[in-house]
Amino acid sequence: MNRFLLPLGIFIVLVAFLAVGLNLNPREVPSPLIGKPAPAFELPQLHKPELTFAPKDMQGKVWLLNVWASWCVSCRQEHPILVELARTGTVPIYGLNYKDGRADALRWLKQYGDPYALSIADAEGRVGIDYGVYGVPETYVIDKAGVIRFKQIGPVTQDVLEAKILPLVMELSK
Amino acid sequence: MKRILPFAFLALLALLPGAASAREAAPTAQDVVVEKRMVAISEELRCLVCQNESLSGSQADLAKDLRREIREQIQEGRSDQEILDFMVGRYGDFVRYRPPLKGTTLMLWFGPFALLLVGVVVLVTYLRRRNRRVAETRAALSPEEQQKIDALLGRNDAGQKP
Repeated sequence: MNRFLLPLGIFIVLVAFLAVGLNLNPREVPSPLIGKPAPAFELPQLHKPELTFAPKDMQGKVWLLNVWASWCVSCRQEHPILVELARTGTVPIYGLNYKDGRADALRWLKQYGDPYALSIADAEGRVGIDYGVYGVPETYVIDKAGVIRFKQIGPVTQDVLEAKILPLVMELSK
Repeated sequence: MKRILPFAFLALLALLPGAASAREAAPTAQDVVVEKRMVAISEELRCLVCQNESLSGSQADLAKDLRREIREQIQEGRSDQEILDFMVGRYGDFVRYRPPLKGTTLMLWFGPFALLLVGVVVLVTYLRRRNRRVAETRAALSPEEQQKIDALLGRNDAGQKP
């Protein structure tokens, strides 16, 4: 009996390691920007290119920065959730239109609805680099002091919204 | 005068390409140096879109943008270390193929050696124990049993290995 106990133990440990390891998402790389001030930028707005937007305009407010593009397939998946969130008015969502053509972006918003308080055009993707964007869509929760508190890589799902983003927004808005 | 003018014009034309190439030669030589450094740096970095490819080999849009970023930073006179820090500051240690040695990466660096050590210890213990068991079994055999074994193994002299 004892002979089998050790191999069985090793097997169970191995299974546990594999179970945890294989269920991790290798696409989710922890962002070093959590807890750091949101990188500053000033970019033209998508709808009114003559106006600009900078994160410091949002000082004193909790807000979401959602990186999206008309060429991004998963953006379409999360979009209804963002539209619904915008309708409730819980938290303002600002869109960073990443490496996109203006006409395509505007058409996309017309077709699927526009949940954004406003969108900013990052045509060359430079602001995206400053924010460590590597998989659109990405969503940042930024607090009143302008510090990034949470980053969602990939589409925002109903689960993530209810379990993480909304509670965090509530706490930060106090 | 009228006859000289075309010649003068031609002479001027002939000079032009030389002047133009003289102006371009310097940046080209510079570019080779910049490009070499860019490739060296980007080979140390992981492309986050296609995670098992280096930044230098990837054709992903983000990789192209990041290579452009590295190239520009080299031209601005930043050091390799500063550029690496720039990337790590945005994408984390994961972006580096050779992550720094620190608390969270100890297992990564020394885990394989620790496993090897465990393997060696297990192997040595097992072999020693087996040797001891063989010796004990042999000592416990009666002379008849020993003879029987030797007969089965086709050996003539008792207790001797073939």
